Amino acid sequence: MSLATMFKRNSLLDERSTWVTSVVLIVGMLAVVVLHALPSDHAWHLNGSVVSLLGKYLTYMLLALAVDLIWGYLGILSLGHGAFFALGGYAMGLYLTAQDAPLAGWQSAMVHFPVAALGVVLAPGLLALVFGWLAFRSRVTGVYFSIITQALTFALMLAFNRNEMGMGGSTGLTRFDELLSFSLSSEGMTIALFVASGVAVLLAFWGCKAITRSRLGRVCMATRDAEARVRFIGYRVEHVKLAVFVLSAMIAGIAGALYVPQVGIINPSTFAPLFSIEIVVWVALGGRATLYGALLGALLVNYFKTLLTGVMPDAWLFLLGGLFVVVTMFLPQGVAGLMAHLRRRREVTT
Amino acid sequence: MTPTHTTIFRLRGEAGSRRVTGLKIAPRHWYCLPVMAVLLVWFALASPAQADVSPQRAQALLQALDTDDFDAKAEAAQAIAASDAAQKTRWLEAFLDGRLGRERDGERFYIITDDSGREWPIIDAITFEDAGTGSRRSVDAFRINNTLRTQLQGLIASLSLDEGDEATRLDAAKRLIGEVDAQSVDAVATQLDNEDSPAIRAEIETALALYRVEQGEGEALATLEGNLDTRVRNSLTTIANSDAPIAADAEKVLAGIENKRAWYERGQTLFFGLSAGSVLVLAAIGLAITFGVMGVINMAHGELIMLGAYTTWMIQQLLPGQPGLALLLAIPGGFLVAGAFGILIERSVIRFLKGRPLETLLATFGISLILQQLVRTVFSPLNRRVNSPDWLQGAWHLNEALSLTLNRLGVLIFCLVVFAALWALMRYTRLGLEVRAVTQNRAMARSMGVRAARVDMLTFGLGAGVAGLAGVALSQITNVGPNLGQSYIVDSFLVVVFGGVGNLWGTLVAGMSLGVINQVLQPWVGAVLAKVIVLIGVILFIQKRPQGLFAPKGRTS
Repeated sequence: MSLATMFKRNSLLDERSTWVTSVVLIVGMLAVVVLHALPSDHAWHLNGSVVSLLGKYLTYMLLALAVDLIWGYLGILSLGHGAFFALGGYAMGLYLTAQDAPLAGWQSAMVHFPVAALGVVLAPGLLALVFGWLAFRSRVTGVYFSIITQALTFALMLAFNRNEMGMGGSTGLTRFDELLSFSLSSEGMTIALFVASGVAVLLAFWGCKAITRSRLGRVCMATRDAEARVRFIGYRVEHVKLAVFVLSAMIAGIAGALYVPQVGIINPSTFAPLFSIEIVVWVALGGRATLYGALLGALLVNYFKTLLTGVMPDAWLFLLGGLFVVVTMFLPQGVAGLMAHLRRRREVTT
Repeated sequence: MTPTHTTIFRLRGEAGSRRVTGLKIAPRHWYCLPVMAVLLVWFALASPAQADVSPQRAQALLQALDTDDFDAKAEAAQAIAASDAAQKTRWLEAFLDGRLGRERDGERFYIITDDSGREWPIIDAITFEDAGTGSRRSVDAFRINNTLRTQLQGLIASLSLDEGDEATRLDAAKRLIGEVDAQSVDAVATQLDNEDSPAIRAEIETALALYRVEQGEGEALATLEGNLDTRVRNSLTTIANSDAPIAADAEKVLAGIENKRAWYERGQTLFFGLSAGSVLVLAAIGLAITFGVMGVINMAHGELIMLGAYTTWMIQQLLPGQPGLALLLAIPGGFLVAGAFGILIERSVIRFLKGRPLETLLATFGISLILQQLVRTVFSPLNRRVNSPDWLQGAWHLNEALSLTLNRLGVLIFCLVVFAALWALMRYTRLGLEVRAVTQNRAMARSMGVRAARVDMLTFGLGAGVAGLAGVALSQITNVGPNLGQSYIVDSFLVVVFGGVGNLWGTLVAGMSLGVINQVLQPWVGAVLAKVIVLIGVILFIQKRPQGLFAPKGRTS
């Protein structure tokens, strides 16, 4: 059975969670745009830095979607998704750097936006393809896969820290001026990047939802629950895994590309194993295999991170660590699971 | 007033010259100087006058140096070296440093004890009495050139052969290599005849042979065969590249030397590799127990290592000035502290997540974050330095090309001891038997009366305790900080997986080989890239052979 026939579409919006999430995302985005457009002395005005911050959250939400797609639906826990995010980010960073000063060697091609855009999806996609092909072919699963993905991102972090990589060494790429010949520091650019991130999240959400509801999605979930059985039925499990893994890496790459111009820097710390594992806790807190849970978790955790690192920086790691323990022990379904549980209880009592 | 040897030592220390040997006074012991000065004055007054040349003779010897002709200066220096003047070493050393000079408007000779400032403290060159201060305007320092400098170094080296203890004289003999010239060769040959110590004889023979080879005597090459001294190698390289008649022979000897050096360098690399590997093994072996035997992913393992290191630091704070005792106490201390934390983690979190490895991974990662931040809050985010006891400092010099750092050697031995103890524990004790039984077939073991939950707890405690031991060892080779554990966790997992899960021997072999491979790659590609290559290599290896180097026997999965 070819992959194309697995993409048989059902009606997307017949799940309540899907249209609620879509509506919330659209309304939220419009609200931010409107509030930003208010005169700057208005009490409800959102200034550019807040919009940028929200834009950053959106790229994290996109990244969380990518992780939920493979962890929630395929059962593959990647502890190296930060690597794909960072690769996308570096591709965008090279493009932005090339706008100021021409780069040498192969990097000089990155001055063209279409090439850079291709790099954003191809760099993480190819890495995922090679890595995934090797891993899934030899049936590396479970914690082994998690550990080698962590080793992968760790190795990349070390490599990108070297100046010889031509990626700015430990400082990374920074001091960007313009994107598509518009100044990055302008207000219009801030809101445009925010909207672009929001649209990307929305499209990725619908896309992932479509996949999970297609036959491909069903095969994924079957693989997650009983891999051997799916294989015996006749599916090429490693192909399914590889396809979804590569897609997930590409989404992560796009998230990274949207992240870089809004934050203004990309450096090897994005490859740090800690960041990759933080993504996993966003998804775990929100609730695996729901997609909207991943969005919710990324937003919640990062909002609290911003809040706490400002007020009491020491407490953040305590809270994050505690979150890991509490979620895994008491909230295995995450916030989404908790909400579903409460709703069911209410339905039973009424 | 007459000088004594001790006077010489004191002033050498004061001048801070690196070329002189004898008693070195490190900057942090500067406070000894006034005390010593008082003692020395007392000694100088109390000691009986020593057999010496007359002041007139001394004056004449120094007078001969006061010429513009460098050849005449060289002769004068020879004459001084050959004389009986007790001050001759001092004079030549000061001369070499450009600190020997003459009063501009008089006949007195001075030694400048410190020529760093504008006003120099000076002493009388003959009596060594304090002569106040001098400056560029009042004292003319004797100038020397490079030829003279080389000759002086040879003269001083052969003079130093006569004084001091065996180690000082051996040092002096080593310095003779390459410094022998036409004027001093006979004197050095005489030294050789009078010398008893075989080690010193060997060095003098090398020095003489090198001189003779440089003069074109082919027979002397035999003495230089296999000599590892850098100066010998440099001279031979020059000769081999020249068109001297002995060039071909010199090249042959040189090839032999290079070959020997290469072997020692390989030995050195192997040692560094094994010591790096032993660190990996120590870090991974606890994991081999918790992950390999119990199947529990403990991402907080690195932080348990860190706790062991901090325990060492704490104990050292409690026992100031006794780093050796503190270190010995830290071995059980680190084991117990890390083990207790391990049991706490097992009881409170891990046992509720049995059979859910991914969740265990996440929860223990959370614990690792909490422990890191705990250490940052309680101690400090800064790195702490743990002092090494004397017997772990310095290096063991086997020869010119091979020296083993003692702390790394200590860690290597410690690693092997811990490994042997652990292996014996798993093999011969009741606990080891029960652990293996529970690993192989939990249900069967339980029905035979093994309390599996208790075994789990103890096994985890054991693995955590060994992590603590790794921390104690690590504190001797690196600084202790909150991020200490994080840097080892990825490596440790790779070692365990590479070696084959559930196999202690596999962990040992894997850790050691990764350490050696890393060390072998380093000179070619640099430290970071070597690490990256090793990581990628292991990733590829696991793809090819997921069960690791040594597949577990029996029903472990």
